[in-house]
Amino acid sequence: MPLTPEQKKELEAQLETFVGKPIGPAKAGRDAVNEPMIRSWCDAMGDANPAYLDPAAAKDSVHGGIVAPPAMLQAWTMIGWDMHRGYDEPTNEEQRLHKLLTDNGYTGVVGTNTAQGYTRYLRPGDTVTAETVIESISEEKATALGIGYFIVTRTTFSDQDAEEVGWMTFRVLKYIPAQQPQAAASDAGGAPAVPGRIRPPMGHDNAWWWNAVADGILPIQTCNACGAHHHPPRPMCGECRSMDLGFIESTGQGTVHTFTVIRHPQFPGYDFPILAALIDLEEGVRIVSNVVGCDPGDVHIGMAVEAFIHEDEDGFKLPLFRPVK
Amino acid sequence: MPTSLRNEAAIVGIGQTAYTKNSGVSELALAVEAVSKAIDDAGLDPEQIDGYTSFTLDTNDEVDIARAVGTGEATFYSRIGYGGGAAIGVMHQAVMAVATGQAKYVVVYRALNGRSGQRYSAGISGDIVTADLIHWSWYMPWGLMTPASWVAMFTQRYMHETGCKAEDLAEVALTTRDHAVNNPDAFFYQRPLTLEDYMEARWIAEPLRLYDCCQETDGGVACIVTTPERARDLKHPAAVVRGVAQAFGADQEQMTSFYNRDIARLPEMELVARNMWATAGLGPEDIDAAVIYDAFTSIVLFQLEAFGFCGFGEGKDFVKDGALSAKGGRLPANTHGGQLSEAYLHGVNGIAEGVRLIRGTSTNQPEKNDHVLVTAGVGVPTAGMVLGKLD
Repeated sequence: MPLTPEQKKELEAQLETFVGKPIGPAKAGRDAVNEPMIRSWCDAMGDANPAYLDPAAAKDSVHGGIVAPPAMLQAWTMIGWDMHRGYDEPTNEEQRLHKLLTDNGYTGVVGTNTAQGYTRYLRPGDTVTAETVIESISEEKATALGIGYFIVTRTTFSDQDAEEVGWMTFRVLKYIPAQQPQAAASDAGGAPAVPGRIRPPMGHDNAWWWNAVADGILPIQTCNACGAHHHPPRPMCGECRSMDLGFIESTGQGTVHTFTVIRHPQFPGYDFPILAALIDLEEGVRIVSNVVGCDPGDVHIGMAVEAFIHEDEDGFKLPLFRPVK
Repeated sequence: MPTSLRNEAAIVGIGQTAYTKNSGVSELALAVEAVSKAIDDAGLDPEQIDGYTSFTLDTNDEVDIARAVGTGEATFYSRIGYGGGAAIGVMHQAVMAVATGQAKYVVVYRALNGRSGQRYSAGISGDIVTADLIHWSWYMPWGLMTPASWVAMFTQRYMHETGCKAEDLAEVALTTRDHAVNNPDAFFYQRPLTLEDYMEARWIAEPLRLYDCCQETDGGVACIVTTPERARDLKHPAAVVRGVAQAFGADQEQMTSFYNRDIARLPEMELVARNMWATAGLGPEDIDAAVIYDAFTSIVLFQLEAFGFCGFGEGKDFVKDGALSAKGGRLPANTHGGQLSEAYLHGVNGIAEGVRLIRGTSTNQPEKNDHVLVTAGVGVPTAGMVLGKLD
């Protein structure tokens, strides 16, 4: 379910606290700059530059000896094979930031672009240390992959004398995959996701109502100024024009004002036939819901019913009604 | 009646919200706050507002504003397209409305979360939650997703209160089909329907069966409007608009006006009828034929009552014995086959049939055709008109 405006505001306030933070302590490379790693890298990249590979030619060059390809900058501080393992609990601020977004539905991650700058050539024997800071987090953006936030980290690389040797910025998109349910189902190798009932969009004028339902009550909007009850809720009291509105918990006791048995067409996500009813609640407002727990043929206008909070298999909660025994 | 808009209208109140980059409230809340303040600035009571005009781009339905601000019923509403071009287009609408007496106090409004919601600089972005989406979400989670299901809710209550039976709804379906059988343009041309067929057809949403529901149609329909003076020079006998009125009722919703009102009646259509009859200087007794919006059979009965052809609850008796038939019925209705049996073109095919009835060219032409009633949709803000012959 997309975040409500309130939830989004809260998330963005949390995101803001990460900006400017180092992700953790500075990290030293596993090995000093060395010729075997340079040769392996050049093999892999198809780079035959003698300044990287041929000690004699390198000695005669402007470098006066073997130097490492500048583009290897990040390689000297990477953690190697361990990267594939992932993590259960985040161990640095970058991982904590990613987890915060993942937990809010921004489960996708993709690297979008990177840039590097080089201050000097590295030579065998240099040791490289990386220090990474979360430089910026964008406002929410719409992309072809889905909506999400761009996160830019800036890493500064320094040598054994604490002199800067280069830098790198790296930008990733943490996003809500546009096709999440299907993708999730196929990733799990299981059956395709079964559609549930259509859920309400969550906005300023209704999210509080659904949140109260999720907490297990049937709320009725009430004007704090004049006490009038309203359903469906609205942003201003139509009786006194106050915008100071709250809610009370309904007793859930009511009677059927009218109803229909919906038989066709049959939409996925619903059990047919559907008994939809307009209920007169004892607080004096009406509400649309379903009457369940009896044969549709037994429902009649004037029938006494009571509300309960139903939870779908997928966790969605909504008020339904059943006959009063 | 003024023939120009010079000096015909004035602006008497203004209202606005704070202008921010993140309002933290819905677009509807912004709209109702601005409207409410404009009402106060003018020194009016909310109930005096009877007209609305805004942009097609505005997400705030007039009825949602009316319910929130408590402005009650209205007799004029309109929308203008084309983004910022509508800014004075809405004034044009408001001025025409007050100059011609369609409304006394028209509110012009526009409210948007243009920075924290949908940003025009960002194309279509994010999840935009509009008042309209929220409106439908009070029904969809419980499976009420089709017009048939919404109208069934009203129909069940109506039948409970009035004693109307399936056989009474069938009268509407069968008479209308008889008309379509003679209309080569109708989907059901030469395909009659029997009471047995009607009763045996499957349920859609009880108490509505298949033939209580209109069709779904691909098609287009249009008409040209001009002055009676110009009409005289054109090639067909003109259908003069004797009276026309538009309205929504207090606590109106779009298709789901279930709250704070008698749901077995159509208060908005009763308001349309009062104003339309008053404008035309005519009454139901003057009508020779009618095109009554028939997305569903039951709403024809509701409208016969709202327009005063009979009293509340008497629609079922009125339609008995072929009363709506072009073959000698007391009120030949939906002579083209209606939307039930000709085509569903959102009622505009009904305007075309109304014109044919006045011209005398319907495929089910009644003998007397001085005045024809044409109505619009039910369960929504709606309208009606009376057509007559050019004097």
